[in-house]
Amino acid sequence: MNAELVSELELPRHRTARARFITALGPLTALAGAIWAIVQPYRITLLHPHGQGFWWLFVEPPLLVIAVGLFFYFAIVPGLLEDMGDARATSR
Amino acid sequence: MTPVQPPAEHVHWLFATGVLLLGLCLLAEVFVGSEVWTRRAWRAYLWPGLAFALGVLMWPVMTFYTNSTIHMLAHGAWAELMMFAGAVELARVRGKLHSSAWSLAMAAAFLGSGVAFLVHEQNAWLFMRSAFLHHVLGWTLVAASVFPIARAVRPRSSVAATGFALTFVVLAVILYCDRDVAPVFGHISPLAGAPHR
Repeated sequence: MNAELVSELELPRHRTARARFITALGPLTALAGAIWAIVQPYRITLLHPHGQGFWWLFVEPPLLVIAVGLFFYFAIVPGLLEDMGDARATSR
Repeated sequence: MTPVQPPAEHVHWLFATGVLLLGLCLLAEVFVGSEVWTRRAWRAYLWPGLAFALGVLMWPVMTFYTNSTIHMLAHGAWAELMMFAGAVELARVRGKLHSSAWSLAMAAAFLGSGVAFLVHEQNAWLFMRSAFLHHVLGWTLVAASVFPIARAVRPRSSVAATGFALTFVVLAVILYCDRDVAPVFGHISPLAGAPHR
């Protein structure tokens, strides 16, 4: 009886760790972009926009990294977590 | 003559953005498993579609940014290989192709891309930063082709899948570091031109 309880407890914990990793992936990416922006502020042309052309204002690598992290977090992760829950429910 | 817009370094950064998203998607797939990842059709097609799109976008790069025959041929071959590998992955998702040996198409794309980088970068490693990064990108891709080969041999290997996904993240980091004219480890050739920001 004890062994059964342990196995029931361990499986969801394992899956929760996966869900946590997936949830953290986007914010960690955005954080990396934010740290990059702080370390190399000259890569953010918006901080000194005078005399810059369109492409220098539009394509700013640290901001692109932050954008990718946020896009992944808001557009991809919610459905993924939902499907992980569904898969867990159907496997029970 | 007016230089082509956007500047080449911006093109590298835009490609880096696509490649980074690709890497995150592949990492997520490794952790949730292909069964969960492919539960929604748009998600299943996302990374093969992105890979194919990056191949298509390589054509305008070939047309507008290459300044020598070898440069143009390298980018053309590269575009074809990326589109081929993306198309094969799309066909696998669609259920048209079944054998795991088709992963070798991605291995060919990695090898072809790596060789393209190495062939078209004719300056030495420390000529300037972009030359250094092209050499690094080339050798990274050549070395990383072991991951799609491993996926063809052992389709369920999590090491191969994780290595494959992390390769894209590493490629994105290297592409983001690219600059047109900038020193690398304090070195820049006087022939490279005046460094800018």
